[in-house]
Amino acid sequence: MTSPISPWIIFLASIITSNMILANFLGMCSYLSVSTEYKTANGLGMAVTMVLLLTSAINWLVYTYVIIPLDLVYLQYIIFIMVIAALVQILEMGMDRFLPDLHAKLGIFLPLITVNCAILGATLFQVIRNYDFLQSVLFGLGSGLGWWLAIDMLAAMRERLAKVKLPPGVSGPAIAFIITGVVAMAFIGFSGIFVIQ
Amino acid sequence: MAEKPREIIKRNLFTDNQVLRQILGICSSLAVTNTMRNSLVMGIGLSFVTALSSLTLSAMRNIIPHRIRMLVQTLVIAAYVIFLDLLLKAYLPDISKQLGPYVGLIITNCIIMGRAEAYAQQNPPVAAMLDGLFAGLGYTLVLMIISLIREVMGFGSVFGINVNFLNLQTWTIMIMPPAAFFIIGGLIWGLTARAQRRARKEGKA
Repeated sequence: MTSPISPWIIFLASIITSNMILANFLGMCSYLSVSTEYKTANGLGMAVTMVLLLTSAINWLVYTYVIIPLDLVYLQYIIFIMVIAALVQILEMGMDRFLPDLHAKLGIFLPLITVNCAILGATLFQVIRNYDFLQSVLFGLGSGLGWWLAIDMLAAMRERLAKVKLPPGVSGPAIAFIITGVVAMAFIGFSGIFVIQ
Repeated sequence: MAEKPREIIKRNLFTDNQVLRQILGICSSLAVTNTMRNSLVMGIGLSFVTALSSLTLSAMRNIIPHRIRMLVQTLVIAAYVIFLDLLLKAYLPDISKQLGPYVGLIITNCIIMGRAEAYAQQNPPVAAMLDGLFAGLGYTLVLMIISLIREVMGFGSVFGINVNFLNLQTWTIMIMPPAAFFIIGGLIWGLTARAQRRARKEGKA
């Protein structure tokens, strides 16, 4: 029943052609609000990648060894969101204790990540598409890297745009959407190479 | 807190529209808008969840310990989303399949959390429910506008009924992701420009 696509194709596709933001529109809220400055955007991207990698692995294990055997599929949303919230909390405490430098850099973003829909979205995608463990992990990692790439690109462009005179009303979120649209169009050009659905 | 029902409705549908003015709940409003049928179902679903979760959370607002309120909010929202998901699977299985993960993602939709945090915390249950319901309907309104543009230009149809009488070429780009970004960007641009013009006029007068 597992999806027959090679895990490496899934990895590449989730970065480029099925990019979390540009093709699936996930994680838009923080993508827009934290992309005015390149440095913070980069930090958030790093944190999202890390959490996505861990949650996609743990949620796969939880789904396969807890939810399915106990027939709790109807409770899956609650279980997934609790796993994500708990994981983010543990990650924050662990980083504070063992990697204080990294915690000082990423700490403020960690609570934000719990409600980032890219995290829950990746989990739901892997459940719907029946990925096996390796596929799920690489999908999580790829989605995180793709998200990171997209927010870095937008933040870099918005930093430049801050110095430009724009028509009234377009500065702020409106121009961010239009830029994202242009970037999404460029990424669609890759879809001839590989697509996962 | 003497906001009249009419004011709640007007604020949520127009002046403070959650999607276009607050820029909340963007994820799903872009993803499901390639056909009007999906958008309508999604909008009604979200209104249902927002209304009921605001009602519940407002009724419980005095007994929820402040420190764990986020957790309680998430759980209440998730419970209603599960309810909605089961309803859709039972009565509209094909739409449920097309919406895929986006039904589950209502849990992380910032509109619901935002309404629970900003309004249901301080207001009585009935007002909170109205506020939630109309925040959801404001979202539905925006979804319908975006999906109308995308479906007419991308498929030449409205609610699946063909309106392309002249057999014009349809624009495939309209049903692909970039068009959603351009349309919502344009709508936000127009509204912000209008709000700024109005503010400037009032400043002069």
